[in-house]
Amino acid sequence: MSLEDDAIEALKARFPEAFQGTGEHAGAKWAYVKREFVVPALTMLKNELACEMLMDLTAVDYLGKETPERFCIVYQLFSLSKNQYFRLKAWVPENDPQIDSIWSLWKAAPWAEREVWDLYGITFRGNPDLRRIMLPFDYNGHPLRKDYPLIGRGERQNFPRYVK
Amino acid sequence: MPLQRAVRTPMEIEEQTDGDLGSKRMIVNFGPQHPATHGTLRAIIELDGEMVTNMDLEIGYLHSGFEKISEYRTYNQTVTVSDRMNYLSPLCNNVGLSCAVEKMMGIEVTPRCAAIRIIMYELSRIADHIISVGLQAMDLGAFSVMLWSFIEREKLYDIFEAVTGARLTTSYTRVGGLMRDVPPDFEEMVRTFMETGIRTTREMENMLNENEIFRGRTIGVNKISKEDAIEFGLTGPLLRSCGVAYDVRKAHPYLGYDKLDFKLITEEGGDVWARYRVRVGELYESFKIVDQVLRNMPSGPVNIGDPEVVIPRKNDSNYPQGGMEGLIYHFKNYMYGHGIHPQPGEVYMATEAPNGELGYYLVSDGSAKPWRWRVRPPSLYNYQAFPVMCRGGSISDVVSGLSSLNIIAGELDQ
Repeated sequence: MSLEDDAIEALKARFPEAFQGTGEHAGAKWAYVKREFVVPALTMLKNELACEMLMDLTAVDYLGKETPERFCIVYQLFSLSKNQYFRLKAWVPENDPQIDSIWSLWKAAPWAEREVWDLYGITFRGNPDLRRIMLPFDYNGHPLRKDYPLIGRGERQNFPRYVK
Repeated sequence: MPLQRAVRTPMEIEEQTDGDLGSKRMIVNFGPQHPATHGTLRAIIELDGEMVTNMDLEIGYLHSGFEKISEYRTYNQTVTVSDRMNYLSPLCNNVGLSCAVEKMMGIEVTPRCAAIRIIMYELSRIADHIISVGLQAMDLGAFSVMLWSFIEREKLYDIFEAVTGARLTTSYTRVGGLMRDVPPDFEEMVRTFMETGIRTTREMENMLNENEIFRGRTIGVNKISKEDAIEFGLTGPLLRSCGVAYDVRKAHPYLGYDKLDFKLITEEGGDVWARYRVRVGELYESFKIVDQVLRNMPSGPVNIGDPEVVIPRKNDSNYPQGGMEGLIYHFKNYMYGHGIHPQPGEVYMATEAPNGELGYYLVSDGSAKPWRWRVRPPSLYNYQAFPVMCRGGSISDVVSGLSSLNIIAGELDQ
């Protein structure tokens, strides 16, 4: 049994009310859980299934696609002892873009969460230091959202100019 | 609501409220323009005498929106974006991206393409590590080591220029192959470089290994424990210097790394010295890999034969000159809205870049452009652990530690 199958079975057994199905592509399997259960599910994966490393935390904006919700948070886990990856995902609705923070679970999480908040506008409840990380502190908007134009919203044109 | 408009970082505000001259604490602003930061990085350091008690990092000065730009480019066009991320080893980013798209589409590259990619990947690693060690020595006062390392990198960049046509913005790989084959005198060029390269590496080691100043400023400095390194998601030389034997080339071999004979370098200690030892060890291993691949260089085409992915060459025997088919495929590959269409789905593909695990997370919706183009930058996760390493050390060790992390601001700020 691979880590992916083990993890999916364990999630199904332990959090039957939170389990929202699986996905598979290009040789990898992943599982969806309800966003309220992200912290207990990841705690179980870390402590019981030896997913010691949080390799990456990111988000995807599915604006205009036929998905359950608009945003999807992706946790890319890695188990050093089993040498395998596992991906956990949670849907986040557009009208309430919030999810519980995992900053106390992995020390790698705070900056990754700050980045997702900065670029997608998804709030991580419980992260004590949710500042902008990539963009200036007075920036408006979240540019990686699909409804944010590539050319920007006039930031460049309206930049204050130095006049002699 | 989170702190949306924090004009100052929390530590700066604290200084304002109780920062009279009688207090012991002092706030020092390090960067963003400072010769030892090697890029636009800013650290706000809280000092008790000479000892670092706290540190706040500010990044994002070089944010260029690579992920946003790439969502508006086709898969082959995003190669040009990946160059600009890690500007010390752009070829590693190129190879990683192409491997990710190929994994998503289930493409296997030709043996010659894989061999050339490995050679270019390892030459980039040599360029990155040799500069990293050289700059580390320069920050600690050994200036000539830096000059020697730059001489070697110049030779490497000449090779890159001969192969790819550019020194920095290489954009060498394509989905399913390469931009072009290597020039006929490629092997001779690489062999000539390797002779001097190994010699310079040995000389650098001779200069630094027994250097009392270098040893004193690196051994036991900027330590991080094994548990913390795993928690922080450190990868690459930083993780291996803590005694964790994890290397993507060994753990999840790609491009045929499993057929090559090379050692996985690990060191105990987790300090600046251990990182230096790992980097130097990996330099020799990279020379070994390049030598092995050069000796068994396969012949044949560099691109796969699928004309839907790679346009057929004009003198291809299947599509003779002036052939209609070849012209149609050319149009099909480059017309707007056509080109490579991976199946809807997603992939995470990691390669071992010089700084650590460089992971590409691509989401396809079945169109010609990636729906999501995410890079896991090793520098971001590596740099996050920096305050923990520095806490309790002296301010001069901050410089020593920063150069040992080899943070690339372009990759860090995306």
